[in-house]
Amino acid sequence: MSAFDVHRYRAEFPNLKINVHGKPLVYLDNAATTLKPRCVIDAINAYYVTGVSNVHRGVHFLSEQATAAFEYSRQVVRQFVHARRVGEIIFTKGATESLNLIAQSYGRHFLKKGDEIIISYMEHHSNIVPWQMLCQQIGCVLKVIPINDQGEMIFEEYLKLLSDKTKLVSLVWVSNSLGTVNPVKKVVEAAHKQGAVVVIDAAQAVTHTSIDVQELDCDFLVFSGHKVLGPTGVGVLYGKEKWLELMPPYQGGGDMIKSVTFSGTTYNDLPYKFEAGTPPIAEVIGLRSALEFLQTISWENMKAHKEELLDYGTKALLSIDGVRIIGTAKDKTSIISFVVEGIHPHDLGTLVDQEGVAIRTGHHCTQPVMEFFKVPATARASLALYNNKEELDILVRAINRAKEIFHA
Amino acid sequence: MRDELYQQTILEHNRNPRNFRKLEGATHVAEGYNPLCGDHLWVYVKANADGVIEDAAFEGSGCAISKASASMMTASLKGISIAEAQVLFEEFHKLVIGELKPDVHPNHLGKLTVFSGIWQYPARVKCASLGWHTMHGALEKTKTISTE
Repeated sequence: MSAFDVHRYRAEFPNLKINVHGKPLVYLDNAATTLKPRCVIDAINAYYVTGVSNVHRGVHFLSEQATAAFEYSRQVVRQFVHARRVGEIIFTKGATESLNLIAQSYGRHFLKKGDEIIISYMEHHSNIVPWQMLCQQIGCVLKVIPINDQGEMIFEEYLKLLSDKTKLVSLVWVSNSLGTVNPVKKVVEAAHKQGAVVVIDAAQAVTHTSIDVQELDCDFLVFSGHKVLGPTGVGVLYGKEKWLELMPPYQGGGDMIKSVTFSGTTYNDLPYKFEAGTPPIAEVIGLRSALEFLQTISWENMKAHKEELLDYGTKALLSIDGVRIIGTAKDKTSIISFVVEGIHPHDLGTLVDQEGVAIRTGHHCTQPVMEFFKVPATARASLALYNNKEELDILVRAINRAKEIFHA
Repeated sequence: MRDELYQQTILEHNRNPRNFRKLEGATHVAEGYNPLCGDHLWVYVKANADGVIEDAAFEGSGCAISKASASMMTASLKGISIAEAQVLFEEFHKLVIGELKPDVHPNHLGKLTVFSGIWQYPARVKCASLGWHTMHGALEKTKTISTE
């Protein structure tokens, strides 16, 4: 009996109670977005029902209240990632925007023609395209760390790519399509020896492990609210103060200025310099509730629960004839990508959906990974803290039914 | 309840796609690619001087819906004119988005009406139309080339 009371946590997620095509929902698409606990929904609702106001602007009661709630959320995020200063926490609209901000603000300011950027073969498109755009703009060069057949980055190849030309390394902590957990601490250490800064894409890592940016010593770290039980439309950019201070603003507008005249503008202090315009206030407040909810759960117990599910799910899927798992890294989180011989992932996705099971099918915004494993797409079951073994049994039954229909 | 998507005809065409080959001497060729799902196919049409389609074929990879749809399409193209193929394209397009109801609106779709329920699966409409859009592109493209 595990110390982790799944049943108790399931009760906190109202979306788990719905039926899909007449069957109870089995939600296994958590790497795309997680379901939201009641406290998050309530927090957003409370803002819209009794607390609507803009932040940092008015002197009236509601504005002061909203500003306090908004800034308190920043404190909670700072604590969650163990940042030194609250000014190092920038709210964005998601991990993608955070990465684009770093590429355009840090990249255009500090990198020059011929400089090299290192990413890995397993990056999400959001950690490929912003760097490609930067390369086109300023003539720097993108280098890619290869992966092996298990879907792990080849660390020796990374070390070979590092040189005094390397100015920036941007790496996914946990791969969304393979589940691989990358050795980010070692990656940071090696990059720093060469004087390169390191960006960590923690979009999938935030629900996998506790984050300590000071211990990790990364220069930047990004994640999205909606993959960590929070709302869509809000993301986080952590950056070391010394870089953020030197970086030019990403977007111009209200809130990011101290004073504006037609002869010139003075930019605001951190973190506001990077938060032009009205921020996603309700979402930031909702994100705080999500992180507070997570902090009531022991990471250790949650990790043990998800490892148990990963192990159970992997074995159950492999017991089906013709199933091949894509991504078999030694250090892996509860994301299982797979293909079933004779059934295209999209057909499989539709057929298991008829049984109420939500899985992701496609290339998961990681086309280079699909190309590496020579598959057009995969099916992916990604498991969250509220999933249980019964749901994995339902998935297996649904796949077997699909096989019967397809005579596969 | 939605109509069953995977009807026997579709499953059968997926298992044994018709005209699944490269067509030598094709007069119209196009490549169709759906980057969202990775479906990738080539459609070949061979028309004679009178604009009558003598042969049609396809190759590539994709899901059961896209494969079955392309397979049934090539079968239905043989023996009709390019102009009739364009009409069929229009009708099929309206069918899969739910605008053409085969039992209400007169049409030339025949067996292709097996796809009449697909509008209830919006994420899969693009699968059923890929082969058709590719065929349409092949006919249009060559028309442009021939006028040069």
